[in-house]
Amino acid sequence: MIRKEMIAMLLAGGQGSRLGVLTSKVAKPAVAFGGKYRIIDFPLSNCINSGVDTVGVLTQYQPLRLNTHIGIGIPWDLDRNIGGVTVLPPYEKSTNSEWYTGTANAIYQNIEYMESFNPEYVLILSGDHIYKMDYEVMLDFHKEKGAEVTIAVMPVPMEEASRFGIMITDEDHRITEFEEKPEHPRSNLASMGIYIFNWKTLKEALITMADQPALDFGKHVIPYCHQKGAPLYAYEFHGYWKDVGTLSSYWEANMELIDIVPVFNLYEEYWKIYTKSEILPPQYFADSSKVERCIIGEGSDVYGEVYNSVIGCGVTIGKGTVVRDSIIMNQTVIGDGCELNKAIIAENVTIGNNVKLGVGEEVPNETAPHIYNSGIVTVGEKSIIPDGVCVGKNAVISGVTTAADYENSYLAGGRTLIKAGEQ
Amino acid sequence: MRAIGIILAGGNNHRMKELSQKRAICAMPIAGSYRSIDFTLSNMSNSHIKKVAVFTQYNARSINEHLSSSKWWDFGRKQGGLFVFTPAVTADNSNWYRGTADAIAQNLSFLKNSHEPYVVIASGDGVYKIDFGKVLEYHIQKKADITVVCRDMEPGMGVERYGTLRMNEDCRIEQFEEKPIQAKMSTISCGIYVIRRRQLIEMIEKCAEEDRYDFVRDILVRYKDLKRIYGYKIQDYWRNIASVSDYYNTNMDFLKPEVRNYFFKQYPDIYSKVDDLPPAKYNPGSWIRNSLISSGCIVNGTVENSVVFKKSYIGNNCVIKNSIILNDVYIGDNTYIENCIVESHGTIQANSRYVGEDDIRIVVERNERYVM
Repeated sequence: MIRKEMIAMLLAGGQGSRLGVLTSKVAKPAVAFGGKYRIIDFPLSNCINSGVDTVGVLTQYQPLRLNTHIGIGIPWDLDRNIGGVTVLPPYEKSTNSEWYTGTANAIYQNIEYMESFNPEYVLILSGDHIYKMDYEVMLDFHKEKGAEVTIAVMPVPMEEASRFGIMITDEDHRITEFEEKPEHPRSNLASMGIYIFNWKTLKEALITMADQPALDFGKHVIPYCHQKGAPLYAYEFHGYWKDVGTLSSYWEANMELIDIVPVFNLYEEYWKIYTKSEILPPQYFADSSKVERCIIGEGSDVYGEVYNSVIGCGVTIGKGTVVRDSIIMNQTVIGDGCELNKAIIAENVTIGNNVKLGVGEEVPNETAPHIYNSGIVTVGEKSIIPDGVCVGKNAVISGVTTAADYENSYLAGGRTLIKAGEQ
Repeated sequence: MRAIGIILAGGNNHRMKELSQKRAICAMPIAGSYRSIDFTLSNMSNSHIKKVAVFTQYNARSINEHLSSSKWWDFGRKQGGLFVFTPAVTADNSNWYRGTADAIAQNLSFLKNSHEPYVVIASGDGVYKIDFGKVLEYHIQKKADITVVCRDMEPGMGVERYGTLRMNEDCRIEQFEEKPIQAKMSTISCGIYVIRRRQLIEMIEKCAEEDRYDFVRDILVRYKDLKRIYGYKIQDYWRNIASVSDYYNTNMDFLKPEVRNYFFKQYPDIYSKVDDLPPAKYNPGSWIRNSLISSGCIVNGTVENSVVFKKSYIGNNCVIKNSIILNDVYIGDNTYIENCIVESHGTIQANSRYVGEDDIRIVVERNERYVM
């Protein structure tokens, strides 16, 4: 008989459209982070470090990178005889086949998967946050309080509270009320999107609410449980937790890793973050190189200068090139004599020689100023940038570009250059 | 692949000095991220050999730890797998492996129970890439009894340390001298052999009956006129870790772009146990020139013409020059290290100075380490 005390369901199907071209071809949880990791490595590593060895990963948007990354879960020790990691895409049914229409709908469509493990508790996670958390401690809290639902919450500055789902609790941490993005928040405890449910409670709620369009945890399932009078508790978390949903927060979270003693420490032996390592060799620094305040992944070759940057695995940085305040993901090649200022360069990008990114004044982006801002130049994966071009701040480039795409070898600040078509 | 693999990984070598105090030669760290046995294991895996036996004896713990899982080399299969044979006391044998042939003799059932027609035997201390499929093809084409992989040595590479051989125009080996006092031939055996499985069983059984224990002396040399022994010459990079200077030079070779390109960028890859270390971190004050740095390192000082292995910490104002820093070394502030090999897990106190004057100096420091 198969029995697991707690299993995890990891929601990894979202596009994360506020990351712009970074997620045009990959789901947000598969976006590279911190030199060698991908965002999903953090919740997956938390699971195994917390003793949760059964994880269903719900995928929908652009799952290829995610599927190859997760595989059978070897890097996280989630290759198990019973349990382990299972990728759960939406599937066709004899009646009403549908995509995952909401967070709770995705879970609802996989009731059978959860049922097969006879769990007592189900942990709901999302695949787009950077944090280290012991879910076992949260479960202890859940049991101790006799809760049916426990929501992990985090105190946020009061002025930012209106961006979050806010929980109002009594002195016993029991949730009395909650508000979704309130204009005048009455508490600063923001929901982190991490829930522990008693399996019975969850199953009953999902089945009852099944017909609700776009069934969502925050909007439907939690309010339903609350109305029913089920004990809901808030588990306060005080560690590092970062939502990397926007380009600027993504950039900031990466940059926090290069502090001399970072708040979020990747060097802790007892809470390792695991990832699939495809590249093993050490990194090489030529005589002409200079690095300061950086983290750099395996197998990168540095011939130029790198300051305040996060560099992935297998990256080449050419001679005479100066990289500042930038994020460069795996396998990207940057030519000689380039200047990169505050750029986010996705994977497998080729940048020619003497290219300057992030020059001039800050101009708002012409097409999507809410996505491309903070002066960051964003380059999508597999892009090619020809020799000798200059690119202004808040500009976006994606696809194979040639000299003809740049007027006088120049792409002004705030411009968007997205070339359609496959390579 | 129609062959099984045997890796001879049991030997010690006093010319490795302190470096082999606690580890087998095959477990010597190479090129920042690897162990010497990774090269032979990866070559076998990349040649689609599915079943590999590793014979360990001297300081077996170090190598067993590295081989704790076979998945890194993709040997965790239902057909085949990775087998580690350390000498064991049995009803009819209580000896250690008395030589390479004896090691095979004591595990003859492994050969007998296999069904693949050929065996590839290789030592675990070579740094090289080879397609064993091609060697086997050659072996079959020459109708050889044994094929020996060999290589012409560049002058000054100490031919006397190896088995030297001479071949006729058909590449049949006519002369074979093991570690000659004065070498007459510049072609050396790389310690890699292909042989038919039944032939090997027969020869090993014969050896055992006559109380002969060494594969080279008692099989290659003795049978060279009787059997068809052929040489397969390789031209590519090949080094064997047999002394401190070999070890130092091999690691330093990886600072050359052509060597790095050959091993790190060209197909096929070399695999190793994955350590799940964070990316290397470079704090203000770090200055690195012509060096290799591995994952998990934190660098605050100057590193020049050196290879730094995984998880090392280099303090403020340190200067590391022409040196090899092995895994998990802590180097306190203001330390100067030149022409040294710093043994793994060492802790070097602040304000120290270590310089290898005429020779490479091996630094073994076991100070108390205070870290966060």
